Amino acid sequence: MALPYYVSPEQMMHDKAEYARKGIARGKSIIVLEYAGGMLLVAENPSASLNKISEIYDRIAFAGAGRYSEFENLRKAGIRYADLKGFAYDREDVTAKSLANAYSQTIGNIFSEAMKPLEVEILVVEVADGALPNELYRITFDGSIGDERGFAAIGGQAEELRLHLKDSYEPGLDQQAALRLAIQALEAVGSVKVKPQSLEVAVLERSRTGRKFRRLSQDDLSAICTNTE
Amino acid sequence: MHSFFDSMVPGSSFFDLLRQNRSDLLPQIRISREGLSPAETRELKESPHGTTILALKYRDGAMIAGDRQATEGFQVSSRRIEKVYKADDYSAIAIAGVAGPCIEMAKLFEVELTHYEKLEGVPLSLEGKANKLSQMVKANLPMAMQGLVVVPIFVGYDARSGGGKIFKYDVTGGRYEETDYYATGSGGKDARSTMKKLYRDGMTEGEAIAVGLEALIDAAEEDVGTGGPDFIRGVFPTVKLAAMAGLQDVPEVRIREVCQAIIDRRRLAERGASAESDTQAGGVS
Repeated sequence: MALPYYVSPEQMMHDKAEYARKGIARGKSIIVLEYAGGMLLVAENPSASLNKISEIYDRIAFAGAGRYSEFENLRKAGIRYADLKGFAYDREDVTAKSLANAYSQTIGNIFSEAMKPLEVEILVVEVADGALPNELYRITFDGSIGDERGFAAIGGQAEELRLHLKDSYEPGLDQQAALRLAIQALEAVGSVKVKPQSLEVAVLERSRTGRKFRRLSQDDLSAICTNTE
Repeated sequence: MHSFFDSMVPGSSFFDLLRQNRSDLLPQIRISREGLSPAETRELKESPHGTTILALKYRDGAMIAGDRQATEGFQVSSRRIEKVYKADDYSAIAIAGVAGPCIEMAKLFEVELTHYEKLEGVPLSLEGKANKLSQMVKANLPMAMQGLVVVPIFVGYDARSGGGKIFKYDVTGGRYEETDYYATGSGGKDARSTMKKLYRDGMTEGEAIAVGLEALIDAAEEDVGTGGPDFIRGVFPTVKLAAMAGLQDVPEVRIREVCQAIIDRRRLAERGASAESDTQAGGVS
């Protein structure tokens, strides 16, 4: 009979974290920016149909970086969670905070219990009603959760993007300026020109009634990009 | 994590998700195998009922409308109840029957459509939406068998055919597409008679609103359950339009104006008739 081998918990967690980080680092990045009228989500995404950004509920959006099949499952679970909660109580009782906590629990449990951790990093974004502040949560592969102000970045080059945005971001931008800033950040970090066709962009617009989520079409994007050149 | 081909895992239907996880939240009244006792039946029959709803097609889409009254037996239980609901950006649902489950069903249907759209990234086709509603009505069959009918009318704008569509349902979930107009509920028959006289192909939006409101006013005159336009309290029927630009509410001011015009015209006609009968009477004497 073979001897059961021993790995210390520290070593195991370290290896899992290393594995997850490597997986995520291979993927492209996503930026979220607060602007005057709401929240702007920008993803580098060459695919036209496999989305990284999605609507979860009336004022809440989701963005996932890393392994597509894994964050896609998280996205669907989030929609189910939000719709059930909103139906059982009321639409305004569905909050980004409770959703982000549920994600953090789930991802954290998988990280500590399953053989393979999830190779994902996600953002849960909520545009606020009226004068209240917007909410922006970043959840990493081990389930740790942090709330961010103004901007956030996840995915392969998240750290570099964060550094770039820290210097150039200012509150109260309009939608076009925010998009321009996001593209600049992606170009600066990737040192290549970003084409509108390789971007997936959506907004949570505070002024919309009901569902605040809107995808920007390729036409919208090209129009904004050519305007700013 | 699960495979989505596994039949135990909910797919893109919120109704199925609810049935599997929170069946207590389904809009149903639990009915035992023996059915309802006479006392329970009486109680449910006297619970608030929504009355007249109607839909009709016009040149650019379809219109859907309903009065605002709910009745409890011979009493008015609410003058401002809502029977017409937005289902999504291109469709709407109106429900007549026991108010509680009706409102629940409309709410559930709305979540069903947006849930699918969010999960799949594309909305259901109009036919798909109409079919989904039929399954939900069918799930209410035990209630319907006790006489607690919850029957919807569904209208939407079909981007594929470029026009409005009207679907009516029976208690078994049977789904029928209506070509021109339809009305149901306690005053449905009266509203249908009016629309039968006034309906034409290719009406404009304004004409469609006028015909729909005329039909509701007739239903209110003939049916005790249906509420007419209430100028004292400022309560008017709900009207929504499903057209290429999406689903729109017709603003209350506009509905008020059209109702006022119909009533003024009728008042004039009444006066004219009585003046005429006076002269006739004079002629005889």
